[in-house]
Amino acid sequence: MTKGAVLILGGRSDIGLAIAHAFAAEGHPIWLAARGVETLAENRADLALRYGVEVSLVEFDALDTGGHGAFLDGLPALPEVAVCAVGLLGEQAQDEKTPAQAIRVMRTNFEGPAAILAELANRFEARGSGAIVGISSVAGERGRATNYIYGAAKAGFTAYLSGLRNRLARAGVQVLTVLPGFVATRMTAELDLPAKLTAQPDEVGRAVVRAVKTKRNVIYVKPIWQLVMAVIRAIPEPIFMRMKL
Amino acid sequence: MRIAGWGGTTRQDCRVTRPRSEAELAQRVAEGGLIARGAGRAYGDAAQSALNTVDMGGFNRMLAFDAETGQLVSEAGVRLADVIAAFLPRGWFPAVTPGTKHVTIGGMVAADVHGKNHHRDGSFGAFVDWIDLMGADGRVRRLTRLDNDEMFGWTLGGMGLTGVILRVAFRLRRVDSGWIRQKTIAAPNLTRAMEAFEANQAATYSVAWIDCLARGAATGRSIVMLGEHARAEELPAERRRAPFATPKRRRLTVPLDAPGFALNGLTVRAFNALYYRQGAKKAGDSLVDWDAYFYPLDAIHGWNRIYGRRGFVQFQCALPLATAESGLGELLAAISAAGQGSFLAVLKRFGPQQGRISFPMEGYTLALDFPLHAGTRALLEKLDRITVARGGRFYLAKDSRMTPHTLRKADKRMAEFAAMRDAQGLAEAFSSTQSERLAL
Repeated sequence: MTKGAVLILGGRSDIGLAIAHAFAAEGHPIWLAARGVETLAENRADLALRYGVEVSLVEFDALDTGGHGAFLDGLPALPEVAVCAVGLLGEQAQDEKTPAQAIRVMRTNFEGPAAILAELANRFEARGSGAIVGISSVAGERGRATNYIYGAAKAGFTAYLSGLRNRLARAGVQVLTVLPGFVATRMTAELDLPAKLTAQPDEVGRAVVRAVKTKRNVIYVKPIWQLVMAVIRAIPEPIFMRMKL
Repeated sequence: MRIAGWGGTTRQDCRVTRPRSEAELAQRVAEGGLIARGAGRAYGDAAQSALNTVDMGGFNRMLAFDAETGQLVSEAGVRLADVIAAFLPRGWFPAVTPGTKHVTIGGMVAADVHGKNHHRDGSFGAFVDWIDLMGADGRVRRLTRLDNDEMFGWTLGGMGLTGVILRVAFRLRRVDSGWIRQKTIAAPNLTRAMEAFEANQAATYSVAWIDCLARGAATGRSIVMLGEHARAEELPAERRRAPFATPKRRRLTVPLDAPGFALNGLTVRAFNALYYRQGAKKAGDSLVDWDAYFYPLDAIHGWNRIYGRRGFVQFQCALPLATAESGLGELLAAISAAGQGSFLAVLKRFGPQQGRISFPMEGYTLALDFPLHAGTRALLEKLDRITVARGGRFYLAKDSRMTPHTLRKADKRMAEFAAMRDAQGLAEAFSSTQSERLAL
């Protein structure tokens, strides 16, 4: 029996690729969608050789929201699982002084992902099946001075996913929110991350596959993050506002 | 970032970067003093450079496979374990494998690793068709055996000192199953062990565990293990339906460094005596899965920590056929007299070896590890002297402490290698803590 295809939006990202590996290892065909997707030819060969699955590359620009419908119409079929791993961390210190850059961070982390998932949600709802996976962030749980532009966009995305889940629950469509915490990726290569709190991309990949199989709603990849964020959310604002985080 | 070789004796604070593209890598090369690091499985300081260590983990994709010839093209950072996971279920196995599967393909080229089939098939290099190498100018060149400048030969076994190995085309071999037919022979002394190797030159795989602490008439007693890939019809009926399915191994972990007293002359001597008796009892034929046969130590995650915080040093030499027996006898006598044995002493017959700077030579190789004690260095220097006097040479992937003088005396090719590096402008671009220590 052939397994359903998995569409990875943001197929160049380390987390997106790791999720692709984890689904391919289970025998799912993979469609990698990214800008300048032809440069992922090596990744396509690697996935196909390692797991013996079909891998396709599809050109996709998350910010070209007007083209999203045509993008989905151009796919060979509607995928079984759609993963949105599109994201841009930005440089908070510069972005807060440069509105155009801040807007780019907000559009990449919220507007683009929300727009493409809207199209997918409508089609999955009509079909009555499918899984939508959104890679959001613990940064969206409380705004901090050091990354609130990124965090605000992720907060929006988290709320959006929660709303989609509520709407699609009756349609038989799963919506999974992934809050990975720190992950050792290209995005965080310049940051000094604490090892105990940092997941490897392949851990995220396996956790996502497991969560899709078991129909979970929200996951933190490393359980410790649930506790960390509970504490961070519980700090009273008068204290939080003076903290350096 | 503090890194070390697998032996744990070469801890060093190094700047480690992880480029994601050839362009990024070329920038690192331009900075000079670069060494590429794969899985960090060389025992000593071969894959560390204080200012410019490059983690090749960003280049870990398999690129193409030709099912006619068995040729796999992969990036240098791909791990051998991943190759096996992908290809054994389709009936392919590495043509040459070292004693751990947690090595990278780039590392296998850099050390030109050998396996239990060296006597028949030669080293890994014999199955390499081409290598893409980034040179000192940041340009990538495809090296083959037919090149005029021998850079292909210098790169196989060149310890990453000819450039950054980026991609490798190498051949896998067809196998019928994931099982090995093993034949175990108990050899009561060194002469009998060597006779067993000589009498079984036709075997695909052969290796011996040797009791390096036995004395007198029992000196060099060994358990010789021969192996053949089992054909599907040689498997018991219940395994024939899924010949590549082998049992998942229980993975043990050494949770922390063992205290120094855990390993001393007495415990090692007792272990060795027991191991020999157990092996002798098991003499005969058995069916062993590929993982247990080729990679017994991989089942014990972090086995290197069994030697404690101070770590351990490896010694591996090759001796030519003509002097092998007397040379091995001297080496064993010195080890036994010092009372410093190892759990993991391995004896192996080498066959003829191609290549410009690869370690093996036709004859015998002996590999040992020693926890680092006060007397260890003196013993190792004695072993060095015996090896040099017998016309033998040393394996750089295991070395962490040799002197340039010893290396050059043992291996005339090393001076040529260093001269070539100077002439080609490679000496400034590529260097490791090891290459600086050994003046390569």
